[in-house]
Amino acid sequence: MSGATEGVLVERLSAWYGRVQALKEVDMDVPPNRVTAVIGPSGCGKSTLIRCFNRMHETISAARVCGKVILNGVDIYSPEVDPVQIRRSVGMVFQRPNPFPTMSIFDNVAAGIKLTRFHRGSELAESVERSLRRAALWDEVKDKLKDSGVALSGGQQQRLCIARALAVDPGVLLMDEPCSALDPIASYKIEELITELRGDYTIVIVTHNMQQASRVADHTAFMLAGEDGIGKLVEFGETKQVFTNPRDKRTEDYITGRFG
Amino acid sequence: MARLGDRIAEGLVFLAGGAAVLFVALILIFLLREGLPLVRYYSPIPFLTGAEWYPLSGVFGILPLVLGSLLVTAGAVAIALPLGLAVAIYLAEVAPAWIKDVLKPTIELLAGIPSVLLGFVGYAVVATVVKNVFGLPTGLTALTGSIMLAYMALPTIISIADDAIRAVPDDFRHASYALGATRWQTIRAVTVPAAASGILAAIMLGIGRAIGETMTVWMVTGNAAVIPTTILQPVRTMTATIAAEMGETARGSDHYAALFAVGIVLFVMTALINTGADLVLHRMKKKYE
Repeated sequence: MSGATEGVLVERLSAWYGRVQALKEVDMDVPPNRVTAVIGPSGCGKSTLIRCFNRMHETISAARVCGKVILNGVDIYSPEVDPVQIRRSVGMVFQRPNPFPTMSIFDNVAAGIKLTRFHRGSELAESVERSLRRAALWDEVKDKLKDSGVALSGGQQQRLCIARALAVDPGVLLMDEPCSALDPIASYKIEELITELRGDYTIVIVTHNMQQASRVADHTAFMLAGEDGIGKLVEFGETKQVFTNPRDKRTEDYITGRFG
Repeated sequence: MARLGDRIAEGLVFLAGGAAVLFVALILIFLLREGLPLVRYYSPIPFLTGAEWYPLSGVFGILPLVLGSLLVTAGAVAIALPLGLAVAIYLAEVAPAWIKDVLKPTIELLAGIPSVLLGFVGYAVVATVVKNVFGLPTGLTALTGSIMLAYMALPTIISIADDAIRAVPDDFRHASYALGATRWQTIRAVTVPAAASGILAAIMLGIGRAIGETMTVWMVTGNAAVIPTTILQPVRTMTATIAAEMGETARGSDHYAALFAVGIVLFVMTALINTGADLVLHRMKKKYE
């Protein structure tokens, strides 16, 4: 597998939606080939944060960003960088499973490959199979690759979306609350999958579920919106340390369930 | 009390729906009653396949009229489809909000222009342009009719296709962008296919509008009941024939019945187009559910 050689280095990252600031001066060094969880209450800017890692934030009108996000030694916000190229090297999985409704299972997985590079039919089939296997979906769909992706269950759809994201061999995989629309068993399968992918990809997962963070993540970032409503990074460290011995009082209050 | 209200509302809705079906049935029955007696004067095969329409001599071959209608409609669709789809995509996916807010109501307003006024414009302006551009003896041609019909069908096509494209959830656009697709790739591979059923409905409604339109085509197509060989010659459509000749016929005459029979053919063609569209839509829905 491709395997990320570098993580994501975030420097003084701020983000706005129009005039409303959502993130303020986040510094963070996401380690390569590990799972990093971003936790925090609703509205703390955690989804905004990871949407800045592949320049998806700016697809919303009037949204803007200030600061640096360094990926493979390149600041993805420097003017000569094309956001489309960045998104081809960073995979993303969304809250609600969103396979393309008019495409078959096969075509969903192949969609990214078809966009990004020249391919031959046989190579395409191999890549699709490899990606579906990586996403632990192959055995369930190998006999119905021509069926619509929307015919699958929610959990299968989400794994299809993961396969679609993995198909282009991204170094980084961003997951924005990937289990929030799934039942516990489907969520468990996704978590299992994340654990398997760990080591080959730099994974950043946003979750509102602290147990999930403690189960799957090597590192955890805790974010919180201040009284001004602007999200900030409160604490970032190894998951064990963050959950058992938080440095910040607010982290402790949050993980012990005193608010949020 | 609330339940009584529900019942009354239910009853009214049922009545309205039933009335719609009833009226369609009554129209059909009326058409059949007035049109079928033609068989007493003229047999169906030469009626449908005859190339000559000389009603005063009792010759009722409607092939030139059918082909005239089809040619003008096909031309209109060929013009309106790419243009309408392009404008709908622009409105739904590209245009900034303020342009959208101005453009869409304006386009919808176009649908309200009386067709006789468009006929004036077609007759005085478009026909002259067609005549000069192609160096024709007359500008009153099938193409002139197609251009005017395309203009009339555009607001419908644009408005409904725009709604259909806009109804595609953002989730799919985001998924596409996140894969590294450009805006154009996303429109082409994700958004437009996802809106295909709505776009098809828009086209079908546009065709329905075009094939049934009477006044404008009557004014601008020259009305020669001849089988057309090119789009640059005058044609006569079924609708224009009925409108032009109905006033001169005696009730119960062969000519009168023939015009109603033309109406039946028009009705059947429209019904076929609608049914075809329904079938396609149904199949597409089944495929992606």
